[in-house]
Amino acid sequence: MRYFTKDHEWIDVDGTSATVGITDYAQGQLGDVVFVELPEAGRAVVAGKEAAVVESVKAASEVYAPVSGTVTEANGALADTPDLVNTAPEGEGWFFRLRLSNPAELDGLMDEGAYKAFVASL
Amino acid sequence: MSMMNQGRPSSPTGEVPVHLAPTFTGNRALMLEEPLIFESGSPQVTGVDLEPVPAHRSRLSGLERKGAIGLPGLSEGETVRHFTRLSRQNYGIDLGLFPLGSCTMKHNPRLNEKMARLPGFGDVHPLQPQDTVQGALELIHRLAGWLMKLTNMPAVAMTPKAGAHGELCGMLAIRAAHEARGDARKVVLVPESAHGTNPATAAFCGYAVEDIPADARGRVDTDALLARLGPDVAAVMITNPNTCGLFDPDLKRISDAVHAAGAYVYCDGANFNAIVGRVRPGDLGVDAMHINLHKTFSTPHGGGGPGSGPVVFSQALAPFAPLPFVVEEPAAPGIRGSNGVRYHLIEEETASAEDHGQSFGRLAAFHGQMGMFVRALSYIMSHGADGLRQVAEDAVLNANYILRSLEDVMTAPFAKSGPCMHEALFDDGFLKDTGLTTLDVAKALIDEGFHPMTMYFPLVVHGAMLIEPTETESRQRLDQFIGAMRTLATAARSGETARFATAPHFAPRSRLDETRAARQPILTWQPPIDDRLAAE
Repeated sequence: MRYFTKDHEWIDVDGTSATVGITDYAQGQLGDVVFVELPEAGRAVVAGKEAAVVESVKAASEVYAPVSGTVTEANGALADTPDLVNTAPEGEGWFFRLRLSNPAELDGLMDEGAYKAFVASL
Repeated sequence: MSMMNQGRPSSPTGEVPVHLAPTFTGNRALMLEEPLIFESGSPQVTGVDLEPVPAHRSRLSGLERKGAIGLPGLSEGETVRHFTRLSRQNYGIDLGLFPLGSCTMKHNPRLNEKMARLPGFGDVHPLQPQDTVQGALELIHRLAGWLMKLTNMPAVAMTPKAGAHGELCGMLAIRAAHEARGDARKVVLVPESAHGTNPATAAFCGYAVEDIPADARGRVDTDALLARLGPDVAAVMITNPNTCGLFDPDLKRISDAVHAAGAYVYCDGANFNAIVGRVRPGDLGVDAMHINLHKTFSTPHGGGGPGSGPVVFSQALAPFAPLPFVVEEPAAPGIRGSNGVRYHLIEEETASAEDHGQSFGRLAAFHGQMGMFVRALSYIMSHGADGLRQVAEDAVLNANYILRSLEDVMTAPFAKSGPCMHEALFDDGFLKDTGLTTLDVAKALIDEGFHPMTMYFPLVVHGAMLIEPTETESRQRLDQFIGAMRTLATAARSGETARFATAPHFAPRSRLDETRAARQPILTWQPPIDDRLAAE
């Protein structure tokens, strides 16, 4: 099941583990991504707080953790090919995986339909 | 008599051939295509004639350099030409309008330069005995006095080297003040309309940063800010006038509430040019504010720096201000030319009758940017109180002239909320459905002979274009700029987009691949492979 935040992160949840990235809309707004700073495995992240930084030609932006948890893996491919965020934001360009510490937080997120409506309203 | 008999035509004849084929050399008339300095010389050439090294025994224990050092080899004449040619490809305030928002790129008066070159100011060394630099110390003291007077603040630190360094100075003083009373507050609130360096400074000082949203008028959401105050908040960092070019009339109310909550107000003074001589930040409850001498007080920057960012302090923070600073003391009787006073640089916490044990320490090795102090004082004294007031008034007038002359062809998100201050903010709404971006407009503006405005900042509006003309541009120059912007905006909206997509076309280099430059930067020059083989 895939959820979305109003800050344009997506999270794919499978039981208590999940994969996080930024949406196609977000990459379009950022422009060409030149660098991604990812959290190390083992780091605890808090819902709504900074978990990663994405740097484009225009600006550096924070990526927030959609839900709280512990990072299990960062996408090493982004170190050499940050453009994956532009070409495959909701696939190969994922940022990190985490183990959820409070799955109830997912209730506050949007599903795909709600997110599409949200983007259309911007 | 001798006469010119070569039959040289003295007026142009015939049609100018309309072709854009490159010249044989790649040069364009007397604008020369310049290679890297490493490519233009040869390691066998040197501009200095050094004596051969006499026989000696090395004491470097085998650490001495064996290979070539890799410096470029040019004569003095070729070196001068290289840098002069490069300088002709540069653009600066002495060439034309430089409307970079929030940078206050105003004219640098030549009187300042003359004063800064006086040997008593220009040829002094920071380690000279204080008795030999009394004039320089007096100048620092006098400038400090003016900065305190203009801001109505009781203390000032002169040492910070530029704006962000000034922020660091202010936030370190705030942290020292909290620590002195054993209060470990963790959070700094930064409105979205603040300068981008503010959150970085707070984070560098060990604070967690929390954003406060902007309201629909482009000002800080005062209610949201007041609601967030509490025992964990150490400070609020606010930029006034803010990065939308708007004055925040709520600042006094915010300051009172921040103080009631036991926190301090840091004001980013980068935009002081809009209010100098008209508003005193001390009256608004500010506890610390940096002043960019290289913006408001006309000292050179943008490649010609260095910057200088003195920080004024409230009574509450004054004891925590950094060392060193200059004080005026009675001189010992009988010292010639002293007029009974002596200027003393306090460098140690206990070096004077007054104990400065609460100072957070040193922020810089020496006294600050002496050359900039001379220029800033020259600027202040040559303008006077009335002149400085007019600086702010004309800066605001010029910005509003631009805002009102362009708002019908561009989109100005906060134009409805009243006059702007020293800078006019536009967004990319007028480019909707044209396929063009803010970047394209900025690049096309280069072709028209203007330095681009600040782009994509502030982040509170989409595709921001922030234009700050400053008070030193004439009506004629502003009209030229407005004419160029109107033509570009109209062309963009009428579908004439080809000129934008690959602009600039007439600059020494056309559109560069910024993404590739950021992803795969080439930071070191490598000699051609043939040369490397020859050297082995």
